[in-house]
Amino acid sequence: MAGQPLQVNFDDRGTMVVVTPMGEISYSEATSFRAVLKRASDLNRPRIIIDLSRVDDMNSPGVATLVEALQNARRNRARLILVGITQRVLAIFQIARLHTVFETRDTLEAAAGE
Amino acid sequence: MSEAPHIRIEMLSNPLYLAGARELISGVCRRLGFTEMCTSQIALAVDEALCNVMRHGYDKLTDRPIWVSLWPGPQGGKPEIQIVIEDEARQIDPADIKGRDLDDVKPGGLGVHIIREVMDAAVYEKRPGGGMKLTMVKKQPEHDKPGGECKC
Repeated sequence: MAGQPLQVNFDDRGTMVVVTPMGEISYSEATSFRAVLKRASDLNRPRIIIDLSRVDDMNSPGVATLVEALQNARRNRARLILVGITQRVLAIFQIARLHTVFETRDTLEAAAGE
Repeated sequence: MSEAPHIRIEMLSNPLYLAGARELISGVCRRLGFTEMCTSQIALAVDEALCNVMRHGYDKLTDRPIWVSLWPGPQGGKPEIQIVIEDEARQIDPADIKGRDLDDVKPGGLGVHIIREVMDAAVYEKRPGGGMKLTMVKKQPEHDKPGGECKC
């Protein structure tokens, strides 16, 4: 439900990190989410997967954290894959014209299995 | 609009209350008959505007006032809403309020672009008594179906 505090699962699988935020990623939550994404980046895994299927709302500070994560991944020559983007979040990406910038998959299995 | 706002709230510049403001806007827009997608987009625009006031206007101070006022459009027609957001933050030239170039992929600078993209009108002004005023208008597009996608 919108307005719920953000919780983030962090799963280091050796060759990849799976980050699963749950709730909304707005102005208040962006700082803590950025810290989690930096932790993922610092592990230098070849693949970072962010499962957005349980994110029910996001605004521009949340989008900015994902853009930062993408830039960090590119610097580290890692792949950053977004999974399970909801229609609501996709609409924001489309407004910001970022929907073609990110690598996306429908499911975690698809992102992890390649 | 010269008549008194139908709803006017005063809130502190604390991000804790962003979700509450969004829910107020969403609830009113649904009742006015906006589609779910348009409702989400109007709430997003208000959220972005409030974030900008908190982050840039008040430099993240959490105890400053923000006023949000709502006027619905004429009854019986397509849903319409005017939303005014006012603050006492430092004044800047409205011409300097610009969204960033979207071809330049970088974090930040998206809020103003989002507001202008989803609303039919978004006008920034200096308030006579100090601070800034943002007036936004949104009308439900003619070709939308209730509950359908907003053709914004």
